[in-house]
Amino acid sequence: MDELSLHIIDIVHNSVSAGAKNIEVIIIENDKKDIISFEVIDDGKGMDEEILKKVTDPFFTTRDKKVGLGIPLLKQLAESTGGSFEIKSKLGEGTSLKVILPKSNPDIPPLGNLNDTILNLLFIEDSNIKIIYKKNNVEKVIDSKKIKEILGEVPLSNPDVIKFLKKYINSEFNLKEVNNET
Amino acid sequence: MKLEDLRKIREKVKEEMRLREGKARVKIVIGMGTSGIAAGARETLKTFLEEIEKRNLKDVIITQTGERGLASKEPVVVIEETDKPKIIYGDVTPEVAKRIIVEHIINGIPVSEYVISTEK
Repeated sequence: MDELSLHIIDIVHNSVSAGAKNIEVIIIENDKKDIISFEVIDDGKGMDEEILKKVTDPFFTTRDKKVGLGIPLLKQLAESTGGSFEIKSKLGEGTSLKVILPKSNPDIPPLGNLNDTILNLLFIEDSNIKIIYKKNNVEKVIDSKKIKEILGEVPLSNPDVIKFLKKYINSEFNLKEVNNET
Repeated sequence: MKLEDLRKIREKVKEEMRLREGKARVKIVIGMGTSGIAAGARETLKTFLEEIEKRNLKDVIITQTGERGLASKEPVVVIEETDKPKIIYGDVTPEVAKRIIVEHIINGIPVSEYVISTEK
């Protein structure tokens, strides 16, 4: 995948498939330390040790139709660029996956379109997604649970709601502003 | 811009929903498995959202699902309409998504060249 954001969407969808109701996504960019990292923490059904060992093998899957390449590709990216990849899981409690990458390595894809990625993640209706983005000293947070609580029975895909969310994400995650503050 | 501003929108939309009894006519389901994402499903979903917003479609809802085992046809999108068979589309680029909105969802004629199958 040509954007790290797409890997994040993929990992979040793994959490959704594992029945997670609450998913936290933490994205960190630190120019001084030359790192870009992301972590996805969920309260899904988790995995036992045996499955956890296999989950980074290409083509292993716990689901019927899924081609399980997402996690192995990410692990390979981390290992081939001198980064780190860690996945922890406990059956019945959830899973966390963390990737730390050397930002300036030319083989690392860019974070990509974060705003479109956030919009995409907010439209996962069955799970609450909290996205925390930290760049150097600035932190931005968006929480789909709060949005859904405000909306009540009003669907996310109402035109007025879509319009608001796009504007809201663009104002909250204004990367130009984030970069100026650093 | 504050998240609390969303409350005003909720009140307005709730009133509109009350007037048309709140039912969605069409459900758009977008496959967001690994191969779908790699094939551009994020942009497909965004295009559907933009078209819904632009054309003020108030009886359409969007949701996401995982892989459907149709990797070579990704992005895959399912259109579910009340009392009609489900229509499964493949290779749904943003341009195809726009056509599905106009030709299928607004005018009621499926975009046949991108239909993979139908399900009752």
